[in-house]
Amino acid sequence: MEHLAMHISNGIINGPVAAIFAVIALAAMALCVQRGRQHLDDRLAPMAGLVAAFIFAVQMINFPIFTAGVSGHLLGGALAALLVGPWVGALCVAVVLTVQALVFGDGGVAMLGLNITNLAIIGTAAAYLLIVGLLRVLPRTPAGLAVTAFVSALVSVVAAALGFVLQYQLGGAVYLGDNIAGLAGTIAVTHLLIGVGEGLITAMTVLTVAKTRPDLVYALRARGPVASSPVPAVGGAR
Amino acid sequence: MGAGHTQLLYHCSDSPVHRLPPEVKIAAMVAFTLAVVATPREALWAFGGYAVLVAAVAAVARVRPGWLLRRSLIELPFVLFAFALPFLGAGERTELLGLSVSVDGLYGAWNILAKGTLGVLASLLLAATTTTRDLIIGLDRLRCPQLLTQIATFMLRYLEVLVGEARRMRVARLSRGDDPRFMWQLRGFATGVGALFLRAYERGERVYLAMLSRGYTGRMPQVWQGAEAATVGQWLAASTVPAVAAGVAATALVLT
Repeated sequence: MEHLAMHISNGIINGPVAAIFAVIALAAMALCVQRGRQHLDDRLAPMAGLVAAFIFAVQMINFPIFTAGVSGHLLGGALAALLVGPWVGALCVAVVLTVQALVFGDGGVAMLGLNITNLAIIGTAAAYLLIVGLLRVLPRTPAGLAVTAFVSALVSVVAAALGFVLQYQLGGAVYLGDNIAGLAGTIAVTHLLIGVGEGLITAMTVLTVAKTRPDLVYALRARGPVASSPVPAVGGAR
Repeated sequence: MGAGHTQLLYHCSDSPVHRLPPEVKIAAMVAFTLAVVATPREALWAFGGYAVLVAAVAAVARVRPGWLLRRSLIELPFVLFAFALPFLGAGERTELLGLSVSVDGLYGAWNILAKGTLGVLASLLLAATTTTRDLIIGLDRLRCPQLLTQIATFMLRYLEVLVGEARRMRVARLSRGDDPRFMWQLRGFATGVGALFLRAYERGERVYLAMLSRGYTGRMPQVWQGAEAATVGQWLAASTVPAVAAGVAATALVLT
């Protein structure tokens, strides 16, 4: 069920609703392209590609959730928002979804608008709003950054999942009647668990990057570097 | 890009479908999928027609049915959801194999199964006949914003970097006495995920700078040279499949 919530495949949501969300997604993507173009410099271009590749890779790792008989995977919206900002971040997630739909059949091509709305727009926007708010409130320490990354990742996963519930209510293949509440509950709980895993990976990755290359973290650029103990540069012999 | 993860789905061969320019194949695949999705779910015969079309393209592309079916297992998770629908659905109910199921749910399950499977098969055929590099060129020629094709290009390139870097780090752990088994290697992986990201970034940055110094401006040479773009004949040849599918969909819409 998770797979479907994240990557809606053809036939799950009816045509008119899919078309409406395709228009919404297209408009939002156009805005992101316009705003993102100003940000994409020599440092951000390879970073955007790597973030997209990273998201692509982690979405391949599926967690089986035995109680519900479903599997879930990570999303990456919060990681993208932290490292490359909301505009380019949303584009990264959208590119991942498009390539997955075109060549892997993961998520239907006709449902791409719905998937982009949930994952790229709702997921990244929810994460970024939280990031901006939390970074202002929390202390400028590695712990503060870790908490920010964890919470924003967790919330963005649940928000994206609830986007699917809304879309299903608007135009699901089968009218579920009162069962829609059950569907919403199952999806919310499942994604709370996935969100914890997502939060841990996001926090771990962003913390390492912030300690060694704080210049690469978009969310920290406006503020000073995170106070941290020096960490030996990773890499070594190549 | 070596024979890595991203080329897994490419079926190296030479056929009329392989030789078609990528933008034509992408457009045909998207149009075909839209026709399938627009078909009313009660028109069972129409989906048989689409399956015949997919089989015909696979035959022309010299892709074996077994190859396609094995890779279409990706849709299994949502098939499970489809099987739950007849029991979850509200409204009119009927008896099936002694179980009470919802008629609407049954149609919904069929809808997901048929449209989902056809969509997966269509995209697998595209992937089987188009390299990832050509796919980006095709998207660029279809007027996809350069920012997006650039991100997609780097994504596919860096996937190889990520996988290679992860392999190197695993070998490094092994040679320092780590003994990764099934679940226990997760811990080593989790603590190393940040380092993996940074190492891949630094390697990727060098790749990017090397590309820049060789004249990379954000687009691949094949695109701005305008070579091998699709001819009218190729567009017409590829449009036969979505045209037939659109005809089937229109007939189904009129009949139901």
